[in-house]
Amino acid sequence: MSTTTERPNATGISAELAVRLYRRMLAIRLFEERVNDLYTRALMPGLAHLYIGEEAVAVGICEALRADDYITSTHRGHGHCLAKGASPDRMFAELLGKEAGYCKGKGGSMHIADPATGNMGANAIVAGSVGIATGAAFAAKRLGNGRVAVCFFGEGALGQGSLYEVMNLAQLFKLPVIYVCENNLYTEYTHFSETTAGDILTRATAFGLFAAEVDGQDVRAVNAVASQLIERARQGDGPAFLLANTYRYTGHHVGDINREYYRSKQEEQRWKAERDPVRNLVDWMLEQKISDTSQLAQIESELTAEMDKAVEFAVAAPYPKPEEAEQDVYA
Amino acid sequence: MPDTTRRELTFGQAVREALAEEMRRDQTVCIMGEDVAEAGTPFKVLSGLVEEFGKDRVLDTPISEAGFTGLAVGAAMTGLRPIVDIMFGDFITLTMDQMVNQAAKVHYMSGGKWKVPMVMRTTLGATRRSAAQHSQSLHAWFSHVPGLKVVLPSTPYDAKGLLKTAIRDENPVVFFEDKMMYKLKGHVPSEEYTIPLGAADIKRAGDDITLVATSSMVQVALGAATLLAESGISAEVVDPRTTWPLDEKTLIESARKTSRVIVLDEGYERYGVTAEIASVIAEGAFYDLDAPVKRMGAMHVPIPFSPPLEDVTVPTDRTVFEAARALCNRS
Repeated sequence: MSTTTERPNATGISAELAVRLYRRMLAIRLFEERVNDLYTRALMPGLAHLYIGEEAVAVGICEALRADDYITSTHRGHGHCLAKGASPDRMFAELLGKEAGYCKGKGGSMHIADPATGNMGANAIVAGSVGIATGAAFAAKRLGNGRVAVCFFGEGALGQGSLYEVMNLAQLFKLPVIYVCENNLYTEYTHFSETTAGDILTRATAFGLFAAEVDGQDVRAVNAVASQLIERARQGDGPAFLLANTYRYTGHHVGDINREYYRSKQEEQRWKAERDPVRNLVDWMLEQKISDTSQLAQIESELTAEMDKAVEFAVAAPYPKPEEAEQDVYA
Repeated sequence: MPDTTRRELTFGQAVREALAEEMRRDQTVCIMGEDVAEAGTPFKVLSGLVEEFGKDRVLDTPISEAGFTGLAVGAAMTGLRPIVDIMFGDFITLTMDQMVNQAAKVHYMSGGKWKVPMVMRTTLGATRRSAAQHSQSLHAWFSHVPGLKVVLPSTPYDAKGLLKTAIRDENPVVFFEDKMMYKLKGHVPSEEYTIPLGAADIKRAGDDITLVATSSMVQVALGAATLLAESGISAEVVDPRTTWPLDEKTLIESARKTSRVIVLDEGYERYGVTAEIASVIAEGAFYDLDAPVKRMGAMHVPIPFSPPLEDVTVPTDRTVFEAARALCNRS
């Protein structure tokens, strides 16, 4: 059984790819910092679940996907949507409930969806999209369009029976779907070890899925293993399961401030200081001399300007008219 | 001249013919469920389909209602028109998250961008001596949810025409078949036809009392109408055919004409379809009514096994006849 479990090593990547990965990860971080700001200034209604700390997972995987491949996302989904190609201005507009948002303000932070980028939707039911992603892979295989579906979920979804039902189906039908478990260690306010018995990877290998584990803070490693899993799925070799070990820097949601009852500040500081996915990539790029501080600073200033402009757009954008509430119930 | 060419099919044959015709017409239509292929379901409704369309389009699944229903949602979003077969209506409980939180909401949450053109076929109806977990009529649950359409055919003719429309619909449609009706025969023309969703049908015209009846209760209402005619009471039997969309106009017009109404539905009477329809009629025909609208549905108990117990839980020709006579002051 362990023969289908591998821990691939990160390989060297081109300067062009490294810069692109850096740009995408930093974009997510800057986006999320502005979400935090909008939320704490009471400009954003509802809930905000930040992806800060986990950027390498979405970016490393989506970099390996084609534009027409599918993803499904979660309540902590801003990073997935951006990594798959969503534009920040319409994302912010959706988060603020504006007409210009990706879903005309009807979905909000937890439901961003965009057919143009293959985003089948962020989902606020834990494991809610495992069937949808599997179905997209089923249709891709039936229609022979060569597409692959990636299903992102947190380790909390390991508690849902539907995940095991669809992994069984995916293997029986040899579907091109990758189940990506982002283990950020905390199921809301509870350490995953308190909710997860036995082993995680063998849950997938038990169904015959190809399974791999990766350091989710290392974007090069994530990209390398994702490319391998996606390629084999595209070739018709069936589904795979990827366990990405990562860390949620902030609370379960923006309002989750006092976290010491479930984790220590020292633990948080250690991850930020030693395992930051953006800094790790920067250090590697500088060490390899494939970029320099002035190029990186230039990228940061471009992204900062883009994000500030996007926020400005969203804040100024009009709300939908009340009569819009009854539209789009049926196609 | 007697119509010697008048073709008769059973309800089950009419369902199968609708499926076969739509599968020939549209390559994206596929069927999935438990024992749908060679077995053709326990009711043999799908016999012959796998032979014509192959195992790629008629798929036996594991006993994973949530899994394959979720798969169908994703496949519907990405280019197929799946029809899922839920053997007994009682098992819809296992699909609720996929239908209620996913299928019903995808279109709306995405601001009208993603569509879910899928059909769930399932059964309803008691008196098969199948006890509490194989006898319920739970269509009210889905009728309660915006984003779903709910179809309740009562004749072979309606079953075929409504199912063809349901398969072509761009929304998730739940299609309930009375399992006691599969052997019922009726006229089904050989020529192509469809029936729109949201159009009630007057199954028998009358003047003194309206019997609004759905699915299995249409035959009961017609039987009661025959008994009532012998007592000099002219009953009109109106079949809404779909609980959503609901043809309120036809129901209200009949009520205004006859001034007395009984609403019959095999679901539980409490908080059920009869309550909604009675309310629509009470609001729409209040000044023309000579008696309160009466409701008759399943008794508020889990369906018992023992025949003498089960038989008293659902309305019959006789109980409806007596209730109608009382309502017309003829008891």
